[in-house]
Amino acid sequence: MLRYIVSRLLTFLPTFFGVTLISFGFIRVLPGDPIVVMAGERGVTPERYKELVAQFGFDRPLLVQYWEYLKGVLQGDLGQSFVTKKPVWDEFFALFPATLELSLCAIVFAIVLGLPAGVIAAVNRGKFFDRALMSSALVGYSMPIFWWALLLIIVFSGWLGWTPVSGRISLMYFFDGGTGFMLWDALWSDQKGAFLSALHHLILPTIVLGTIPLAVIARQTRSAMLEVLSEDYIRTARAKGLSPSRVNFVHALRNALIPVITVIGLMVGTLLAGAILTETIFSWPGIGKWMVDSIFRRDYPVVQGGLLLIAVIVMIVNLTVDMLYGFINPKIRKR
Amino acid sequence: MAETMTSAAAPAAAPRPGRLREFWYYFRENRGAVIGFWVFLAFIVLALFAPVIAPHDPTQQFRDALLKPPFWQEGGSLAYPLGTDALGRDMLSRLIHGARYSFYVGIVVVAIGASGGIVIGLLSGFAPRWLDTIIMRVMDIILAFPSLLLALVLVAILGPSLTNAMIAIAIVLQPHYVRLTRASVMSERTKDYVTAARVTGASTARLMFATVLPNCLSPIIVQGALSFSTAILDAAALGFLGMGAQPPTPEWGTMLAESREFILRAWWVVTWPGLAILITVLAINLMGDGLRDALDPKLKRS
Repeated sequence: MLRYIVSRLLTFLPTFFGVTLISFGFIRVLPGDPIVVMAGERGVTPERYKELVAQFGFDRPLLVQYWEYLKGVLQGDLGQSFVTKKPVWDEFFALFPATLELSLCAIVFAIVLGLPAGVIAAVNRGKFFDRALMSSALVGYSMPIFWWALLLIIVFSGWLGWTPVSGRISLMYFFDGGTGFMLWDALWSDQKGAFLSALHHLILPTIVLGTIPLAVIARQTRSAMLEVLSEDYIRTARAKGLSPSRVNFVHALRNALIPVITVIGLMVGTLLAGAILTETIFSWPGIGKWMVDSIFRRDYPVVQGGLLLIAVIVMIVNLTVDMLYGFINPKIRKR
Repeated sequence: MAETMTSAAAPAAAPRPGRLREFWYYFRENRGAVIGFWVFLAFIVLALFAPVIAPHDPTQQFRDALLKPPFWQEGGSLAYPLGTDALGRDMLSRLIHGARYSFYVGIVVVAIGASGGIVIGLLSGFAPRWLDTIIMRVMDIILAFPSLLLALVLVAILGPSLTNAMIAIAIVLQPHYVRLTRASVMSERTKDYVTAARVTGASTARLMFATVLPNCLSPIIVQGALSFSTAILDAAALGFLGMGAQPPTPEWGTMLAESREFILRAWWVVTWPGLAILITVLAINLMGDGLRDALDPKLKRS
């Protein structure tokens, strides 16, 4: 096991340095002079230009620049936003809870609906239920989620007036400090209705972001279940006279879960990519919207830092999934 | 052995007689795949003959017909069957022309991504271990970024346009082809027919492209179909975010972005472009599922 962990960590490090290289290279491969590009239409005075060159260290050799950058990264220094003048690191972690909360809700939504759907489809293989569920899963899988979001807004916010269109909570409520997780903060605050308001704001974004994971989980559960259901021990369990639901949901599902868990773990990237679109549409103040806004504002230190932090988060989650998988399934370790 | 020898000697360009028929036999069993195939065919026809089929020019503005609803609603007319947008442009014509862009995106992205990925994957499979490791690590690095985010940043560097969006999406999709090709090469290259070819004096290039590649094609073809739909989705997403095709191009994602402010007033300007994307992507995914079932020998006859 130790050897497995070490070998996985050894592949992690070069990837990490590669990712820092890409985010380092980002500002430097912009066509034209990065400082002129960053200054935009206002332009810069020659003195200010010199100042900025020195500030970014563009006058030094590339290798030295990279070394300085890497040192900063390892100490949590990702530079400052041009727009807000705040450290990128602080901005990221101030907004990250919003994205995390939304992503967690989306993944819970996907699991709660996707697992039973997959099991029911597998048990009724080839029958009406199976076909209906799997057709809907394929539609969900093919869904352009930015359009899906607009449709839901038209129906639930426009026609029915049930849900708000944007934001995380009604403007009436405000929490000082707090964890940044709106549901949690609202639940423990003494402001009446805050929790319901936060929940209200979460519904549509959760559905939008959870749709593709839901489809993937349902399909994966179904195929894993089909494989398990043909095993001998399932026949034994049935022959023993156990109820079908016990056989399906306890005996079979438990063993079908391993590939499903892997798929869920590998979905972080999908979720973060989806968060870019979902957050932009619902004006959700998370890192997805932050990145898009920064790209449009040419706030390059933010783009650079955000890119790196997001990639590192994806890598860490993938590594954890790999390790867990090796832990659950000893066969993997031997490779 | 004899059979693998013949299939190795005859590359994909000249399939064994009956192979296509066998493929069609299995493909036909999947009804969804056949429906997907016909829809995809219709999509191609629309894309190729858009100027002939579309009733109006996609950029022509009818000033007296702004935001007209579809013909079955009050105020709609058959002149603009699916209504008009805020600038008085015919929705149906724009949708039909939009098929061209999506088709173009799919073809170009898959062509760049697949050809690059196959060559790199083959190299990686045949290369000495150190080179293989370097290539795979580079692919890991690309895969560490969420694809849409990386594409977005690449477009920000290159400048927003449909061409740059296509390049960005192709770069992002490429690692999947590399991994897939390499995995198949790894399992093929130790087989007897490859050794036999090597013993008869085939060069490495010949081994790579003529001997091994034809036997690795099935998963790559399936991946090609699936990334065709991913490319369309991502290009539309980039267009929606303002980083893909620029207005007034009737690209479906860009059309959606332009229609956002009218969502509560004119449902049709929002509904049609998205529906077009969904139907196209769904058809391709259905087809991809069928392709996989028909090409994957493991699932065959099970």
